[in-house]
Amino acid sequence: MQEQNELIKILVEKHGRTRNALMPILQDIVAEKQFLEPSDIALVAEELDLSAADVYGTATFYTFLDTVPRGKNVIRVCKTISCYMSGKDEIINALEKVLNIKVGDTTVDKQFTLLTANCMGWCHKGPVMLINDDVYHSLTPEAAIEIVQQYKEKSKN
Amino acid sequence: MDTSNLKKVDIIFSKVDNPLQILDKALQKSPDDIINEIIDSGLKGRGGAGFPTGLKWKFTKNEDSDVKYVICNADEGEPGTFKDRQIIEEVPEKIFIGMALAAYCIGAKEAYMYLRGEYNFLKKDIIPKMEWFNNEIKNRGLDVTLYLRSGSGAYICGEESALFESMEGKRGEPRNKPPYPTKAGYNNKPTSINNVETLVFVTMIQHLGVEEFKKLGTKDSRGSKVFSISGDTPIPGIYELELGMKVSDFVREFGDGDTKAVQIGGASGFCVPRKNFENTIIGFEGIPTGGSVMLFNSSRSMYNILHNYLDFFVEESCAQCTPCRAGLQQLLKGIEAIKRREKPASYLNELIKLSQTMKVASKCGLGQSVANPFVSIVENFKEEIIF
Repeated sequence: MQEQNELIKILVEKHGRTRNALMPILQDIVAEKQFLEPSDIALVAEELDLSAADVYGTATFYTFLDTVPRGKNVIRVCKTISCYMSGKDEIINALEKVLNIKVGDTTVDKQFTLLTANCMGWCHKGPVMLINDDVYHSLTPEAAIEIVQQYKEKSKN
Repeated sequence: MDTSNLKKVDIIFSKVDNPLQILDKALQKSPDDIINEIIDSGLKGRGGAGFPTGLKWKFTKNEDSDVKYVICNADEGEPGTFKDRQIIEEVPEKIFIGMALAAYCIGAKEAYMYLRGEYNFLKKDIIPKMEWFNNEIKNRGLDVTLYLRSGSGAYICGEESALFESMEGKRGEPRNKPPYPTKAGYNNKPTSINNVETLVFVTMIQHLGVEEFKKLGTKDSRGSKVFSISGDTPIPGIYELELGMKVSDFVREFGDGDTKAVQIGGASGFCVPRKNFENTIIGFEGIPTGGSVMLFNSSRSMYNILHNYLDFFVEESCAQCTPCRAGLQQLLKGIEAIKRREKPASYLNELIKLSQTMKVASKCGLGQSVANPFVSIVENFKEEIIF
């Protein structure tokens, strides 16, 4: 709680207390901890003198401002047309298998959340996925598994 | 022997030695002179809507307000479009110069780039370059600062008024128009909002001269355009081509020999079937595009493609207006019901009528443009939708 207070205080100082600062503040919280907890929303609302409902309403509009618990690494596989044509289903199947979860779920150790997303702007190099902010394109099921294994290794160290 | 009827161009990605000289040269002219040059060039917005850039600047300049804004719309989200990402990666300084010139011309002190959240990985390169550029313009005595803002995964925020709402810390729900952004945009102040590629063209028109730009293209579609080409093609990628080409010439160059349809303008664009390749032009006199061109060969089910588009729109509709929110759901349910034979084939006519109602009754471009893909796919590939 102490840490959370401090993070939000720092972000409010950095971006300001105006409504225009709301998106950058929420984005930075998500960058730090992957999702917004109800207490984050209440605190930001208090600092910016907005109603918590208003802040929650804004956050829930945006796909990347998650308000439900997410793992440390959020995987988003593109499901729009050209990635669909180039085999996104095989990528999703491979990831579900290696992570032992379904799309929408988070692993028990809270390391990975698997999601699908709409067009990410790599239509010439599909299928593509984002892990947090990093892009992996021209995927094969084997390559996708390999990449996830690397993240698993990293989290062990 | 080059048998291609397409003219490849290299303006946008061309490397310029010391690009800041373009800025210095331009700043010797008055704002009105630059605006008149842009009007004379015939440059139209490259985001897809095609509004004349020079007029947009002129209208914003003519508004009486102490505070005005320039916004570079880098919320590239139309399925099949990926050219702005590469422009931002390769020639960001040309975008910055376009933003600075826009600010100089309309009288703005703040210029924002709104970058989609999916492109967050670009920030580590963009931010230092933007800081460098801000220093350079300060040194030149120009009172303009560039800022970077991010989206958070909402397609609709590429719609200009939704983008303003998002920058103001609100849900990205489009506003009623008028008033247009040139009168009341970001913070309800006069705002000139331009696509990434458009701003680079402004820079390059200053560099190459208006006449050089006008040599390319047709009367209605001046200049060249960066295309994002994907789907069933052996050579997907980003190509800058002269505007005003026939779809048939395009397919000869990029098709895999088995092209049955070309989707121009992304999910919200039009599907052109093979029989119309010869008499359809890509450009403002035919089918305009923000850059997305996607090819489909005969192995593809047009039902699945339409279904994918509708899925996309159902998720990305902001859902504030009923025609778009409810209409999209009914279109999707409708084609599924026909496929399962729970509805007769004639029900397709009802769905076409619904999409045309959405065109008239929806608040913004998202709902208004759903009829483009829906009608053009359903009418040209009826048997694939039904059986």
